[in-house]
Amino acid sequence: MTAPAWIPRKRRGAEFFLTVLAVVIGIAAYAAVGLGAEGRIPADTYKLGLGLIVVAVATHLIVRRVAPYADPVLVPLVIALNGLGLAMIYRLDIGRQQIDPTRQAFANGQLVWTAIGIMAFAGILILVRDHRRLQSLTYTFGAAAIALLILPLLPHIGRSINGARIWINLGPFSFQPGEAAKVCLAIFFAGYLVVKRDALALAGRRVMGVDLPRGRDLGPILAGWLISIGILIFQNDLGSSLLFFGLFVVMLYVATERAGWLLVGAVLFAVGAYLSYLAIPHVQVRVDAWLNPFADPDRNGQIINGLFGLAHGGVLGQGLGQGSPQLTPFSFSDFIGASMGEELGLTGLMAILVIYGLIVERGLRIALTCRDAFGKLLAAGLAFSFALQVFVVIGGVTRLIPLTGLTTPFMAQGGSSIVMNWAIIGLLLRISDQTRRPAPEISTFDRDEETQVVKHA
Amino acid sequence: MNRPIRNIAIACLVLFAALLLNVNYVQFVEADSLNAKNGNKRVINEEFSRDRGPILVDGKPVAESVKSKDEFKYQRSYPDGELYAPITGYFSYVFGRGGLENSQNSVLSGSDNRLFVNRVVDLVSNKQPKGGSVELTIDPLAQKTAASGLQALGKNTKGAVVALDPRTGAILAMVSQPSYNPNRLASHDFAAVQKSWDSLTTDKSLPMFNRGTQQTLPPGSTFKLITAAAALENGLEPSDKVKAGTTLKFPGIQYTLGNENGSNCGGNKITFERALNVSCNVAFGGIAGKLGQAKLAAQAAKFGFGTDPLRGLAANPSRFTVGDAKLEAPQLAQTGIGQYEVAASPLQMAMVAAGIANNGTVMTPYVVKTVRSPNLHVLEQADQHQLSQAMSAANAAKLQQMMVSTVQVGTATSARIAGVDVGAKTGTAQSTKDRPPYAWFVSYAKSGDKQVAVAVLVESSTTARDEIAGGLLAGPIARSVMQAVVGK
Repeated sequence: MTAPAWIPRKRRGAEFFLTVLAVVIGIAAYAAVGLGAEGRIPADTYKLGLGLIVVAVATHLIVRRVAPYADPVLVPLVIALNGLGLAMIYRLDIGRQQIDPTRQAFANGQLVWTAIGIMAFAGILILVRDHRRLQSLTYTFGAAAIALLILPLLPHIGRSINGARIWINLGPFSFQPGEAAKVCLAIFFAGYLVVKRDALALAGRRVMGVDLPRGRDLGPILAGWLISIGILIFQNDLGSSLLFFGLFVVMLYVATERAGWLLVGAVLFAVGAYLSYLAIPHVQVRVDAWLNPFADPDRNGQIINGLFGLAHGGVLGQGLGQGSPQLTPFSFSDFIGASMGEELGLTGLMAILVIYGLIVERGLRIALTCRDAFGKLLAAGLAFSFALQVFVVIGGVTRLIPLTGLTTPFMAQGGSSIVMNWAIIGLLLRISDQTRRPAPEISTFDRDEETQVVKHA
Repeated sequence: MNRPIRNIAIACLVLFAALLLNVNYVQFVEADSLNAKNGNKRVINEEFSRDRGPILVDGKPVAESVKSKDEFKYQRSYPDGELYAPITGYFSYVFGRGGLENSQNSVLSGSDNRLFVNRVVDLVSNKQPKGGSVELTIDPLAQKTAASGLQALGKNTKGAVVALDPRTGAILAMVSQPSYNPNRLASHDFAAVQKSWDSLTTDKSLPMFNRGTQQTLPPGSTFKLITAAAALENGLEPSDKVKAGTTLKFPGIQYTLGNENGSNCGGNKITFERALNVSCNVAFGGIAGKLGQAKLAAQAAKFGFGTDPLRGLAANPSRFTVGDAKLEAPQLAQTGIGQYEVAASPLQMAMVAAGIANNGTVMTPYVVKTVRSPNLHVLEQADQHQLSQAMSAANAAKLQQMMVSTVQVGTATSARIAGVDVGAKTGTAQSTKDRPPYAWFVSYAKSGDKQVAVAVLVESSTTARDEIAGGLLAGPIARSVMQAVVGK
């Protein structure tokens, strides 16, 4: 691989400047919520402000210390989303408790989870000094992913909330292991495919300009497909099922460079989607609600309410604290995108989507510039799964596609989601730091040869 | 592996472009229609918290928003609720809107495009947007007179009165009995609103049904005005003799058409004008037969049958036949006297009288006179539309004379007003044996520069069956309404 043409720059100053901007957005949003909903700046703005500043300074210093060449844009983007999400969850606490004072407040818990997320982020950057080490743990991560997926199905610790059995109880907390399973799976796929890619890529035949894989190589993709179907049937979790399968197919494509896998994946997806539509009443309900929500306003109340909220927001939005996003069920988690659209308007929601888009773009750029195949695959997989997740959840609440339950990264209330997404950013920064760091000394190759046990001819 | 990653990047770009386009569609293109959807609590909450514009009759509000101390800041109030409910409709948090509250909602709520500048000014000056006002064409005295006339027939009487200005089509009175109190639906006590709604919607007498525009029933002998108009247009003169007698026979068919109470209309041959005066079924059955279905149907259509001419209020079009059914001779004769499948609303029959009184020109009825912005700037002034020329002015003059003589020497003497030109036609239409027939009265009055056309429908009443004749029940109501307008 040739040395990069650019002179590596750390850009930590730019990152600091952007981080300040992101923190200002978060604190201003929190203050605006108080002004809009209650006519005054919340008394504990300093608490959240301080919290955000500590988060920002901590991440900044950690990155400076352990990943000085990492991408300078990702962390500020994430802090901006996280800050907006905290402000919106606080706003929805106010709104929901106006309807019923006994409802649970989530803002403080979310702040604590954010702190834990930062720790996970820092932990990954500090412990994983080179992402290639993860490759040696390929099958460990694979086993961990399977274990995490099975956990919610076990009696006693598994919990079913709103029909989806994707939760486990950890003392006072409930946790969605699927979020962690996604990261483990991405690492497993990356490690597995790096090894197997040649076999999967070379054999096969060409049909109508598309290289189709051999029948016997279909094993892994069929396994991935069956796991996804299993998630759908046993956990009733449409979103994760789609996400895992999409992640796997795309990583397979990136690893083998063969579009035939996409074709096979698309066919399997179509078959799975059609079969689940026929067999699972819950899926039919979602599809009907998507095609014609107003045919049954009682059953489709959530999606209708989300649309009403978006429409009510219009172009400029009602203003933070001044709309009624609390009228939508799960306005603080699944439907936080609609809540944002209602109060920040089309303008704000588009800005948020662009932030998500930039995160994906940075992730894919890291994949492009990464020098090793494992890092490339892992970064591409993580970035794509992030894009797919945003598409599925925001597309669902805005009625672009049928609604499936996935969390909105960094904004939706929920500990597992925020922790694992911070972990993903940690992994991406680690790969990025490796990538942008000055190329290793060429001279090492000479000594390398001397130490070889079996000499090349 | 860079090529697939680049392709994936393009795919992600497409995904995000789709998301961005879609939110633009939902929040910009589709937003207005979503905001207008029933059951949209956000919009209802916002509208409830707004100073909604009043609906005015002669400068006085019949629907207005008054300050309230609860979370909604304003309470919709209907000072004369039952009297105007068929027109104003209701404004309910739980059950949405009805009547003009619904059809004029954009102006009343202040969200109308024509109020855009007002909204921008309100936004800049940080004021809550206010709604515009809607002024009605209703003459309050005529409205009250019509309502008290129906009330005098007893609480269980169902009926409606519609009065029009024949020259403009302006609706001067529109009363439906039984009515309802929209204040009970506008209340912020939602449990009480639910109870009121349940009792109103399950009430068999249909209090929320505007009988003036929505109830279509056989118009009976009042339909003879249309048969007469068609005959005049086809060359029959009021002085021409027409076949009368006791019964009208049809060749080869057992059925015969008779007159009310078996009378012979005063001879086997009487003048056309006399036939209208005494409301002779046999004569008009024969005329209808001679005209044929096509001409009669065309005449009815010219008066507005089959159309829904009134904007802003729910109305059912009147019908000549069901579908385009071909009528047999006896059915055609029955149709000519307003039986069989003919069904008309009181509004339609008032339009018939108004068209005749206005020299054959039927004006499109309207109920909203002026729409104003919150700062009283006129946004919309009702413009008068001609619906059709139902008959020539000369023939209309002849038919007016025939209606005037019906008041003077015929069945409609109960409508006489001294010193005023009054023309009228009574009607009683059969329904099933076990319930009383419907009583109709259709009339117009002209005095100086004042004109009015009225249709009265009395559907059922506690009055004994044999007393029912349009003239006796409905006539006095029409007379008092005409008097209220022409002021004699």
